[in-house]
Amino acid sequence: MKKTVIFGALTVAGLAAGAAAAGTLDDVKARGKLNCGVTTGLVGFAAPDANGNWDGFDVGVCRAVAAAVLGDPTAVEFVPTTGKTRFTALASGEIDMLARNTTWTFSRDVDLKFEFVGVNYYDGQGFMVPAELGVSSAKELDGATVCIQTGTTTELNLADFFRANNISYEPVPIETNAEAQQQYLAGACDVYTTDASGLAATRATFENPSAHVLLPEIISKEPLGPLVRHGDNNWGDVVRWTLNALISAEELGVTSANIGEMASGTNNPEINRLLGTEGTLGEMLGLSADWAKNAIMAGGNYGELFEKNIGENTPIGLARGLNAQWTDGGLIYSPPFR
Amino acid sequence: MTTLTDPPKESFRLSMLIYDTRYRSMTIQAVAMIGFMLAAAWLINNTIVNLNTLGKPIDFGFLSEPSSYDINQRLLDYNSRDTHLRASLLGLLNTLVVAVLGCITATILGVLIGVLRLSKNWLVSRIMTVYVEMFRNVPVLLWIVLAMAILIESLPAPRAFRGEDATASMSFFDTIAVTNRGVYVPEVLFSRSLGDVHFLGTSSFRFDVSLDLIAFLIVLGASIFAVRKVTARAARIQEETGERPKTLWLNIGIIVVPTAILFAALGFHLGYPELKGFNFSGGTHLRNSLIALWLALSLYTAAFIAEIVRGGILAISKGQTEAAGALGLRPGKIMRLVILPQALRVIIPPLISNYLNLTKNSSLAIAVGYMDITGTLGGITMNQTGRELECVLMLMACYLIISLSISSVMNWYNNRVKLVER
Ligand SMILES: N[C@@H](CCC(=O)N[C@@H](CS)C(=O)NCC(=O)O)C(=O)O
Repeated sequence: MKKTVIFGALTVAGLAAGAAAAGTLDDVKARGKLNCGVTTGLVGFAAPDANGNWDGFDVGVCRAVAAAVLGDPTAVEFVPTTGKTRFTALASGEIDMLARNTTWTFSRDVDLKFEFVGVNYYDGQGFMVPAELGVSSAKELDGATVCIQTGTTTELNLADFFRANNISYEPVPIETNAEAQQQYLAGACDVYTTDASGLAATRATFENPSAHVLLPEIISKEPLGPLVRHGDNNWGDVVRWTLNALISAEELGVTSANIGEMASGTNNPEINRLLGTEGTLGEMLGLSADWAKNAIMAGGNYGELFEKNIGENTPIGLARGLNAQWTDGGLIYSPPFR
Repeated sequence: MTTLTDPPKESFRLSMLIYDTRYRSMTIQAVAMIGFMLAAAWLINNTIVNLNTLGKPIDFGFLSEPSSYDINQRLLDYNSRDTHLRASLLGLLNTLVVAVLGCITATILGVLIGVLRLSKNWLVSRIMTVYVEMFRNVPVLLWIVLAMAILIESLPAPRAFRGEDATASMSFFDTIAVTNRGVYVPEVLFSRSLGDVHFLGTSSFRFDVSLDLIAFLIVLGASIFAVRKVTARAARIQEETGERPKTLWLNIGIIVVPTAILFAALGFHLGYPELKGFNFSGGTHLRNSLIALWLALSLYTAAFIAEIVRGGILAISKGQTEAAGALGLRPGKIMRLVILPQALRVIIPPLISNYLNLTKNSSLAIAVGYMDITGTLGGITMNQTGRELECVLMLMACYLIISLSISSVMNWYNNRVKLVER
């Protein structure tokens, strides 16, 4: 493990400038495969199914980008990353993009030199405790042992929250969600804290989900989104507008069911531009004219991805809330395709 | 008639650098050296240039920024407003704790197992063989993770100790709590404590020294000095009269009484762990991560040390044992007085490298969430600040310094053993 980090760091030092300067888009096309960094396993967001196929909300973004660039949603090499290894993997060029419940923060954007292309889930940090503890507020957690994933915004928010409320806690730093789950279920920690969506997803995999409660406090803003390296604007545009295509498709009513029909032309010019029957948006990005169509067909539009992977009819059962389209009072909003 | 003349003075020609064997090796070395320096310079320059283009020039300024994260096992006072440098220091101390504990335990276990493996008792020696093969053939990371999993899954959580129908209870007359978060043992407290002296103000390296501890060390030192005097006197009397006065009780008294008086004066008492809220409080908390890491590293390294000890003992010729036996020494004494002191000479050099290995292997701590220096400086700090190169360089320097210190201490010891042996 240490080796990876050291090699990673040296590679960053040695190669990153080279990697950033070269066109990632051309690299991906030449390779015929997109290297996409995901979690080590968080059901609903990114996890391999029984057959080893990756599936989930973040995986959907990877597949959409692969479909847009290569025309094939399966041409993705998923690279599992932990909270600690993800940035090194991206900076060193091991992955082309990262879609891993990653919070857009100032220092990650400016200091770590990454480019967040948008937000695909507006989240906040929450707490989960066993119901039998009878805790009803995070402020009652004085002296509790708290499991946290290291290398995350979570551990920083947590330190601030407990400090601000003048209560103490015992942090148990953990590398992956699976280990955190094991420690939490065995009672080695009283509380598990991470993004509320991650808590819901983790709880859904428990044998008895109702024995665990999410506390009402949400202690931070966690806008989660895909990111790429600084310095390759062209590639950043490709990923950004692929995400926007998924979001716009939902807003415009383009779904994986009706896309075949719509792709032969509609009387809404924005849909036509999006799907490539009008204008040259694809060409401007250096992609084929039907790039967005392929992206949407990969797993459906934003809303479809949400409903299928983490929506209210899945065991995870997340409501759209902040993640509804702006037209429905949410924050999900794509700039226009024009 | 022949006269001895000086050989004609050969003038130095450049080609001699290559064709003359007197100079050739120097030429080759010089060229290799220049080549090496160029390569190193190119690597360093390339790194710096690339980091600059990346907008990440080498800069250690982040070390004085607040770390913003908490550390569970703290040997010095620390909170999330302290600097990254102090967080690294705490991590370093945690590394040293587990390394020292591990080396001591591994040595004791290793010597025991190595000796027992040579036992004439078939069962004992076989069991020891199985132990050695089992531990040294499985990667230490797996042992660490396994130890942690066993601790977490098989021991009761603190909440099992609560209430009327508690399913778990404390051990040793309610003084020790063994939970899946670690072991809580009583701590030494002084009600009339002398307090602490504080060093280095508010800097990142500030620390406190307990005056109680210093007082204890002074008293203990004085006692040991007195015991030595008594023993020397006893030896002198034995020399003169042939009869050695009995000193055992006197010596025990000299050691125990002053310390006991000091403790009484300071108001010595034990603080017991007790369940409060979510966790036990009071007492000393040995975290499960520390125990798992310590246990796994010691058991693993002990297997290697056992083999070294066995090799060292086998290297001593059988004649030594037989001669000692002929003098009437019993097997235990033969081992302790004749074989082991000689075997040490063979044992110590490879023992050093095992201590170094154990220390370096302790960097696997993050697998169980133990906050060593790889977890703080090489983990959270590196991750949150993105200063990979700086952090890795500092980490390498830390491990290098620790390793060199261990080597030099052990080499010093090795030299002493050698002298005594001669
Ligand atoms: N959003 C936070 C936390 C991200 C995070 O670690 N999320 C967890 C749970 S929501 C995760 O994805 N774990 C999966 C894994 O362990 O690979 C960040 O970017 O620092």
